[in-house]
Amino acid sequence: MNDGLQDLYREVILDHNRRPRNFRVIEGGRRHEGFNPLCGDRVTVYLKVEDGVVRDAAFEGQGCAIAKASASLMTEALKGLTVDEARKRFAEFQAMVTSPLESPVPDLGKLSVLAGVREFPTRVKCASLAWHTAKAALDGDDAPVSTE
Amino acid sequence: MSAKASAVESAAAVASLRDEFPILAIEAHGRRLAYLDNAATTQKPREVLDAIATYYTTQNANVHRGVHLLSERATEVFEGARATVADFFNAASAKEIIFTRNATEGINLVAASWGGANLTAGDEVLISAMEHHSNIVPWQLACQRTGAALKVIPIDDRGALDMEAFARLLTARTKIVAVSQLSNALGTINPVAEVVRAAHAAGAVVLVDGAQAAYHLPVDVRALGVDFYVATGHKLYGPTGIGVLYGREALLDAMPPYQGGGDMIASVTFERSTWNSLPHKFEAGTPHIEGAAGLGAAVKFIRRIGFDRITAHERELLAYATAAVSEVPGVRLVGTAPDKASILSFVMGDIHPHDIGTVVDRAGVAIRTGHHCAQPVMARFGIPATARASLAMYNTREDVDQLVAALHDVRRMFA
Ligand SMILES: Cc1ncc(COP(=O)(O)O)c(C=O)c1O
Repeated sequence: MNDGLQDLYREVILDHNRRPRNFRVIEGGRRHEGFNPLCGDRVTVYLKVEDGVVRDAAFEGQGCAIAKASASLMTEALKGLTVDEARKRFAEFQAMVTSPLESPVPDLGKLSVLAGVREFPTRVKCASLAWHTAKAALDGDDAPVSTE
Repeated sequence: MSAKASAVESAAAVASLRDEFPILAIEAHGRRLAYLDNAATTQKPREVLDAIATYYTTQNANVHRGVHLLSERATEVFEGARATVADFFNAASAKEIIFTRNATEGINLVAASWGGANLTAGDEVLISAMEHHSNIVPWQLACQRTGAALKVIPIDDRGALDMEAFARLLTARTKIVAVSQLSNALGTINPVAEVVRAAHAAGAVVLVDGAQAAYHLPVDVRALGVDFYVATGHKLYGPTGIGVLYGREALLDAMPPYQGGGDMIASVTFERSTWNSLPHKFEAGTPHIEGAAGLGAAVKFIRRIGFDRITAHERELLAYATAAVSEVPGVRLVGTAPDKASILSFVMGDIHPHDIGTVVDRAGVAIRTGHHCAQPVMARFGIPATARASLAMYNTREDVDQLVAALHDVRRMFA
């Protein structure tokens, strides 16, 4: 199989696509919707924030393997971070997936597997949809997120 | 395989046809390119590329303006292309051929100009559930402006037009029926002549969106009886940025201009202006001259190959592709109308079409994935998107086999 494909569809990603973690609703927390008008993918991100700390994170929605795996990995990564740390993680993630192919992959733990999308410009939005949506939830925005 | 022996086109004939399309020789990700995204746009034969180069190297000037040699040549190229296109669609006169940017602009022109002059509150515009967004949104805008109502002819589970529902929906309130001849998302061929007969009997005019049909089927606008027909150059093996609106002369004559500017006027004073004759009334500003040159060459090319050959080859290949793709475990076809052409839309279990598209791309196979600008069709079938392979005259069984092999990769990967 093509090397680029193996970089994109890493085992961790395929696994999170097959068995997305935290794929559920959180009642009574923050809730935000994101939409990719180009492909029709949509995600709802739920965050439970207490005392400035993300105590719980979950998502629901439909999308491709990259979108689903990215959302799933994100919910794991955000849990336990302070709101400021979560915002910082968002910025680091965005910087990683939009960085040039030659630049080194930063160590963002499990999230680093998503660096493979850099080789697939049309798929970067798939990876960032959940993150943009979570960022809006962190910021307390009202408007739904669109990747356009 | 026995089916192979019965192929309509000999392999050598298709190979020499492929040689006329330079881009088909490139590699995609180090693999042979299998271009199966023709419903989005077709590739261009050398004759089209040459016509554009010739235009800029020996004929370029503005049209309908100068008295000098080059302006005369450019005008000849532009009006010559119009005559060629009129002949291709069997219009009664070249005056009935308006050059637009694309099919979308043709529909917007009719919806704005004809719609503005002919629609009022209480009237109805009838479209179908399989339309491309470009044959939905212009009518929504026209309805908003005029107070007319938009009605939709449903489709059945195979993606065929529900002709009984059409008969019920068609009433004295119906002022225009706008349907596609060939659906880009489903491949359905609609019985346009029958739609026209019924609509005319009810006193409605008919616009046919031929963006997909015009490069697969011979189109005779007078035999079909349509009032308006739109097509788009880039799917007709021609350049982007040029499209065609055919309209019956009497209707076009009675319609107000769509855009104002140079070329579309007879005289201008600050008090009032008068309109140029057809087709110029609807062509404000400097047109896409090189595009017309390319489109003229493209339809000549199609005629040289001939629809007998094109439709026979594409029909045989669609049957082959339908059988081959259906055999891939998990594949379900979307769009199985009895009368179909050249389009194979499908889903594969719960594998998202984008993932299918990315994996097959790396195997050199270009297909389209998404909603195909037909979100209501996706909603009708309860799916967010499909993968779509679409054929053109130069496709071969090798292209289909390459797709099928790649779909097996997809299946293994996401199993
Ligand atoms: C059925 C149909 N109608 C209209 C269009 C619009 O064509 P264009 O974008 O060239 O105006 C398309 C192209 O995708 C189409 O498939």
